[in-house]
Amino acid sequence: MTPLLLSHFTLASALGAGRAQTAAALRAGRSGLRPCEFETAVVPTRIGMVEGLEAPITGALANYDCRNNRLALKALEQDGFMAAVADARRRYGAHRIGVFAGTSTAGILETEQGFRHRDAGGALPPGFHYRETHSTYSVADFVQHALGLAGPALVVSAACASTAKAFGNAARMMALGLCDAAVVGGADSLCLTTLYGFHSLQLTDEGPCRPFDAARRGISIGEAGGFALVERADRAPADGIQLLGVGESSDAHHMSSPHPEGLGARMAMEKALAAAGLAPDDIDYINLHGTATQVGDAAEDQAIWDLFGDRVGCNSTKGLTGHTLGAAGIVEAIIAALSLQHGFIPPSPTTETLDPALRSRYLIQGEAWPLRRVMSNSFGFGGSNCSLILGRAS
Amino acid sequence: MKLYIDGIGMTGPGLNDWATGAPILAGRTTYEPAPTQLVPSPLLAPAERRRMTDTVKLGLAVGSEAVAHAGCRAEDLPSVFTSSGGDGVTITSILEILVSDQREVSPTRFHNSVHNAPSGYWSIATRSRESSTSICAYDFSFSAGFLEAASLAVSEGRPVLLVSYDMPYPAVLDAVRPITSIFGVGLVLSPERSPRSLAAVTVSFGPGDGPETPMPAAFEPLRAGNPAARSLPLLTTIAEGGARTVAIRMMGGNLLTLAIEAL
Repeated sequence: MTPLLLSHFTLASALGAGRAQTAAALRAGRSGLRPCEFETAVVPTRIGMVEGLEAPITGALANYDCRNNRLALKALEQDGFMAAVADARRRYGAHRIGVFAGTSTAGILETEQGFRHRDAGGALPPGFHYRETHSTYSVADFVQHALGLAGPALVVSAACASTAKAFGNAARMMALGLCDAAVVGGADSLCLTTLYGFHSLQLTDEGPCRPFDAARRGISIGEAGGFALVERADRAPADGIQLLGVGESSDAHHMSSPHPEGLGARMAMEKALAAAGLAPDDIDYINLHGTATQVGDAAEDQAIWDLFGDRVGCNSTKGLTGHTLGAAGIVEAIIAALSLQHGFIPPSPTTETLDPALRSRYLIQGEAWPLRRVMSNSFGFGGSNCSLILGRAS
Repeated sequence: MKLYIDGIGMTGPGLNDWATGAPILAGRTTYEPAPTQLVPSPLLAPAERRRMTDTVKLGLAVGSEAVAHAGCRAEDLPSVFTSSGGDGVTITSILEILVSDQREVSPTRFHNSVHNAPSGYWSIATRSRESSTSICAYDFSFSAGFLEAASLAVSEGRPVLLVSYDMPYPAVLDAVRPITSIFGVGLVLSPERSPRSLAAVTVSFGPGDGPETPMPAAFEPLRAGNPAARSLPLLTTIAEGGARTVAIRMMGGNLLTLAIEAL
């Protein structure tokens, strides 16, 4: 594929709001995970919660008020992102900028609460706004309105691969001239559906998740919002971050369990390398999906081993951010971009004892390293897989 | 963008499949509305067929018919699934369980609740490891899915399966989001004309606040009442064997315009 420029990007997660707080927490290995004290949830687990989402959305977009859109807005408000999009809007025109967003549960927390507050006839409270909160599309709808854009807009909801796959939509539509630039990203926020759902699958660790650890017990659910402004690479400054490749595949195996040999994961990585015109040894660091489930980490390790052997350093940042589900793709693409910009590999401090059965070169310690190309993996329910490759322009 | 439609699958009220539904859409056979019949896909093993949710049955039925009609192997096709509401029955049952004291969510229900469940079951049933995405764009889910599938077919230079489906919510969410019937459509879109091609479609997308192309009175409530049924003017043009330009609304004040010529 033709490389694309990530001309601006930002995020909000349990590590903080904006690039500076995120980069500082990543370098220091400061985990944002804490005991679960969320809403009325009683689940013995840790969560990666975003602070400061109490203020409602007001004004013209008040109907969009829900935790998920508050989280999206908090991300949009960091690092001058909205001003960067406004500048792009002046250059390209509002209808020439697409919005390709991802989420898994959108504003379902509003619906969970609405179901508890139904009236005697069983109706949801009068302030319930389906389209603006519950609809899976609501995050793209909100972002398009908040940024004053009018190009193609859609939500990709392919579980935990959603916001990685959204880069593929943007790349295709830009290549075909359906838009000149794109806002790619999304938000996935804490809700009871995912906390109780993953708990029912026995996929949540009681302590902080421990990717690739011999004693790993499952995920820690997190929440995050993140966005990138994607433009053609001919605008790239010398130190610009580029999207070099996107690879998508399906496991064709099971709804909630990965292919045991990581076949789908391997295909996604191979396709991303082919799209970028790169060989495995061209990759300097892999930010793994690495959710810390027994079977998920083993399958990804097998796929990495088959393709990279132990030659490429890799690890998962989910012990820092938590697993932000539908937002994991954009969060980890931005972590890859920060790693490239600042020349470091983040650590994996919740991993204590590496599982001896796993063979890839997993880095518990972070290190300073002049990275040129980073791969980011995102895999989800339904066997949906996506790998991204990002690199420095120079 | 110019594309060819090589295969069609359809399931809706009084429209059991494309083979019997096309003459009805073309006005050659009388339309007799009846509840949509959901037939489990023969692609699935018997045990899996019994466990399938209705959205999976619907998505697999129209996908299977479209692929067979196009003479393709399902495992070779990248796919785009699009739906406004996803599986409202499963989501409602989880919401009800979360209101209860025990909050014991069923693991199977939880993994079936994801928006990409039909895409996941499709890849399992067809053993396809090709890319598959799952889109939502509210009332514009068909047009957004069509634009994505067309982009994918042209980008990859090979046929792509589009599956668009929606079904009514149970009562609580139905009151705030009425979807009036069960409807699904599957289309195999190809960048190249083949002997199988049923129609050529020139796709354009851009700002426009003109009206959508309506359906004749007998079908207009169906078109307007289900986001996937926004495909009906396209399907009807192909069923009639005619040529027509169809406008379908998209988000942001845009129109998807399909100049259709049946082959």
